[in-house]
Amino acid sequence: MPHLLFDRIDEPGLNTIPVYERRGGYSALRKALQMPPEAIVEELSQSGIRGRGGAGFKMGQKASFLPKGEMAKYLTCNADESEPGTFKDRELMQKSPHTLIEGIIITTYATGIHHAFIYIRGEYQLQADILDAAVAEAEAAGYLGENILGSGHSLKLVVHRGAGAYICGEETGLLDSLEGKRGNPRLKPPFPAIEGLYAGPTLVNNVETLGTVPTIINMGGADYAKIGTEGSTGTKLISVSGDVQRPGNYEIELGISSREIIYGLCGGPKPGRTVKMWFPGGSSSPVLLEQDLDLSYDFDTLAKAGSMLGSGAIIVVDDSHSAFEVMQKVVKFYAHESCGKCVPCREGTNWTNKFLARIEAGESTPMDLDILASVQSQIIGNCLCVLGDAMAMPVGSIVAKFRDELEAEIEAARERANALPLTDTEDLLALSAH
Amino acid sequence: MSSIDRRPPVRRYEHGSRVPGWDEAVDLTKPPATVPDPALTPVPEELRAAIEAEMAKYPDRKSASIPALHLAQRHHGWCSPEAIKQVACVMRLTPAYLTSVASFYDMFYLQPKPKHDVYVCTNITCSLLGADELYERMCEAAEGHDISVRGFECLGACDIGPMASVDGEYVGPLNLDDPKLIVEDIEAGRPVLEHKQLRRRAVADAKGRVDDFDGIAPVGQEGN
Repeated sequence: MPHLLFDRIDEPGLNTIPVYERRGGYSALRKALQMPPEAIVEELSQSGIRGRGGAGFKMGQKASFLPKGEMAKYLTCNADESEPGTFKDRELMQKSPHTLIEGIIITTYATGIHHAFIYIRGEYQLQADILDAAVAEAEAAGYLGENILGSGHSLKLVVHRGAGAYICGEETGLLDSLEGKRGNPRLKPPFPAIEGLYAGPTLVNNVETLGTVPTIINMGGADYAKIGTEGSTGTKLISVSGDVQRPGNYEIELGISSREIIYGLCGGPKPGRTVKMWFPGGSSSPVLLEQDLDLSYDFDTLAKAGSMLGSGAIIVVDDSHSAFEVMQKVVKFYAHESCGKCVPCREGTNWTNKFLARIEAGESTPMDLDILASVQSQIIGNCLCVLGDAMAMPVGSIVAKFRDELEAEIEAARERANALPLTDTEDLLALSAH
Repeated sequence: MSSIDRRPPVRRYEHGSRVPGWDEAVDLTKPPATVPDPALTPVPEELRAAIEAEMAKYPDRKSASIPALHLAQRHHGWCSPEAIKQVACVMRLTPAYLTSVASFYDMFYLQPKPKHDVYVCTNITCSLLGADELYERMCEAAEGHDISVRGFECLGACDIGPMASVDGEYVGPLNLDDPKLIVEDIEAGRPVLEHKQLRRRAVADAKGRVDDFDGIAPVGQEGN
């Protein structure tokens, strides 16, 4: 399997232009600048590459939605990597920032954009500093600025630091935040490709997606599409964490088995432990079980299995942890990060959080799990963005798959709290008959 | 009914609710603050220059509000009313607007805070690996020092979990003895836990590594 993004990425100095160029860096840009812009968009479409940030939308298609012609258009690179479990963009930006910058220049040339932003989360201070230095270096080398390499294309690239808000990874929340506001998502449509940043057409892409563009130009879209599976082409950076022996970032060919990733690459859980559940694509993805480990790791297979590939962040939970504990952590996160704009999400995440506290305090009954599940289904699809859904989906899946365990947890909590023992409905009916 | 009586009474917050409030109440007796008058609002020259440089980067100057608040927070230690007023003066915005922005983001402080920041990640992966106990140890270790300790949502470094960001420097995986060392390093003004810094760690993917990388082996692969 070819390593396209992570090939010897630890090489010292790869974050500087001399080493990056020695390794063939910026050759894709030179090649692209000789091509007509439409041909580049065509290559991207042919490559079949799907967005690496979470939604998995085809990149070439997204780029082709942008209106043609001269106008104020923008590109925003989404580097607000905040999905729990995800840390792949961090490694790429830290060790090979020019891969991203080169991808951005090519993409802006293909779409006629002259203003680009990298919105990086505020906590990634080291990576933001590295990007700042790399942008300055690229400007000095003539890769950014006016008339790049004599092509007539000009580009201004700004690294913008966020300040700690998960919602700013949502594309329209990100745009509001980049405009200097609270990061509240917007109503869609209009989609950003028509009306985005400063009300201009805006292309929003993930770091890894843009970072793959130079590879696609070098290889050609058709050849890139031969890697991976039919619906999920190419390689993917994945972040594996949790109860595995070798956590970290790996580059895989889409379509290898999930067991190969979790056990082969990452060594599986500690000896004596088994996989209880795993999130295949960040904490927002519905959980899968040990029996799902043989699923092929690609967009379509995971969607068919009722989950999603998301950002490619696999979180493994072994059998030493309770399902309740995992659910509580997930819910607390989304309750904290809900921006508060849409009622189902704001109230739903916080209600769920309080509800789990009630379970813990022994004030709940197993019947309440039905209410919990029904609240989740009422959040999904009812908000401007998918933050609420991102809580409801994993929580719904945990309730469905670990119901017995959760009921036992509720009973145990009641006993701890010395609450009234639960009576079976039949007993109550018998009692009332007297 | 006796078993119900044995339950502890329901805890209530000041405003009578069972859950803490979202926001501070607004003082409605005060008139709303307008865009500060430059003649009456002294702004430190270096802060003004830095904010103006940020504003120049964007097609719309308002886009610089987050970078400007970062600058003001660094200068004043927190987003004090004075800091917000200075940013408002330079950016020609109202203090209320900037307060609404600052209150949205986790990294801005609208209350005075200690000088040093330790964010302990307490999200899913890190908590599976023992972050909650680590957070408590960190709080104990920082007591009496000029250090603010916060449990933070996923910091994007689950590969080194449980981990913390110490004044922006990512360190991990941490054990329960590390909080004491972190406090010692901060107090001595040294780089924090150098042998555990993320910036020096090799990538987990074997094909990503090179022989001449003088770094720390990825977690779980120290022997390789």
